[in-house]
Amino acid sequence: MTRTANTSPDAAVGAGANRALLGAAGVAGLLVLWEALPRIGAADPRYLPPASEVAITLGGRLGGATFWAAVGDTVAAWALGLAIAFAAAVVLGFLIGSAPRVRAFTTSTVEFLRPIPSVALIPLAILLYGTDIRSTLLLVVYAAFWQIYIQVLYGVADVDPVADQTARCYGLGRMARIRYVVWPSALPYLMTGLRLGAAVALVLTVTAQLVIGSPGLGQEIAVARSSGALDEVYALIVATGALGVLVNTGIRALERRALRWHSSVRGEAL
Amino acid sequence: MRTTAARPRGVLTRLLELFLLPVLLIALWWAGSASSGNYYMPTPDVIAEKFREVWISERFFVDVLPSVGLLLSGFALAAVVGVALGVALGLSPRARAVGEPVLEFFRAVPPPVLVPLLMLLVGVNTPMKLAVIVSGCVWPILLNTIEGVRAVDPVLADTCRCYGIRGRRWLTTLVLRSASPQIMAGLRQGLSIAIILMVISEMFASSSGLGFSIVQFQRSFAIPEMWSGIVLLGLIGFLLSVLFGVAERYVLGWYRGVRAASRGE
Repeated sequence: MTRTANTSPDAAVGAGANRALLGAAGVAGLLVLWEALPRIGAADPRYLPPASEVAITLGGRLGGATFWAAVGDTVAAWALGLAIAFAAAVVLGFLIGSAPRVRAFTTSTVEFLRPIPSVALIPLAILLYGTDIRSTLLLVVYAAFWQIYIQVLYGVADVDPVADQTARCYGLGRMARIRYVVWPSALPYLMTGLRLGAAVALVLTVTAQLVIGSPGLGQEIAVARSSGALDEVYALIVATGALGVLVNTGIRALERRALRWHSSVRGEAL
Repeated sequence: MRTTAARPRGVLTRLLELFLLPVLLIALWWAGSASSGNYYMPTPDVIAEKFREVWISERFFVDVLPSVGLLLSGFALAAVVGVALGVALGLSPRARAVGEPVLEFFRAVPPPVLVPLLMLLVGVNTPMKLAVIVSGCVWPILLNTIEGVRAVDPVLADTCRCYGIRGRRWLTTLVLRSASPQIMAGLRQGLSIAIILMVISEMFASSSGLGFSIVQFQRSFAIPEMWSGIVLLGLIGFLLSVLFGVAERYVLGWYRGVRAASRGE
């Protein structure tokens, strides 16, 4: 989803500024539509408050400390959960991925556990940890782990056999081979896993806060809904969306940086 | 994986590979739960017993089937909308440039936050749950379809033009076919989001369904029943993923052939 931006045949149309302009037009169009629909009576303003009102509500929220505390809670749970899942997935992925026998024995278990929706763990999380951050972490780690782990497995399996043999011929030891051969070949997969995992982790973080009621943006939304403040709900949804965009762009920038040397990224400059 | 599969192996090794770890894990769970006497961790036989008692009854038709039906119809609807819109946007660079930031934003919104909103807008009923599922799982399908359609091989596209292949045949033989690996990837992501949203929408606001039942058990501290619900959800997720894998193998059979050929196998 990231790297075709400039390599596609229609790059000419979207050249630089022109593309940004069209994108801005799209956003402006959506906002105008959102403003106009309730104003001209095509949508009930009780259910769809005009964009400007939501913007004002959001502006008011941005000035308050509770909002930023909620954002902080959400980001902290997301980052911590993703970090734990990432570390566990990379270590296990490299260990199990580089031992085909072990991998064969674990495949059936992984294939069974992976598709289990992590929301199934919500009741368990509530019982074990209540509204503590740990119940959020339980869901986030479970969901993000599989995304990254599977990618690491594929990455480790994708090592070029010629490169591996060459390294062996030159007398590289096991650790050196992991460092100079396996790691670089697995890195693109790992970054894809991180990107998918980051998105899933954010979804589960907000879900846990929404359903379990642990503090954060999700909980704020649940509170706003139960008090019937619809413009608040809209404002908070816009805020979570913005957070999601930030997370996505951040991870993509990281991906580009970590993979500067890789042909998929290098190709973009052409 | 290829290297291990190429080696001839006995049926016994294969069976061992499949079942050794799961059996070990269950045994560990059994030993752990039996010795600790932890209230929250019933032994597997208790869970299995409750599973039979709770789910293999009329509850299966009242709670489970409607939930799965909801999930599948929401997913199907999202697939149709996502692929159709994705093809349209993928074919038109201009429309894509206009729509891209807006799409990026909508994709970045964690789908479950739409549950409270849609509850207020649509009310607590089946259309609400359907809307939640569609609004959440349409994005990966849509964005992957766009990517797939724009990555259609230009040489193939020119060839089609030369041979005068247009209209429906062009769409099905060239565009959809060459985009299908990406579309399937999007559908897979969409499916797991659909399961999450089905459960969430029922946990949040419903008086029936699988998600509702599980929360109900948890609130009334019916721990073995709750575990049996978790197991059932896991089984449903697993089953759907297996079915999807079969469908994917069928749809992408040509693609795997092409890849194997290009690797010189």
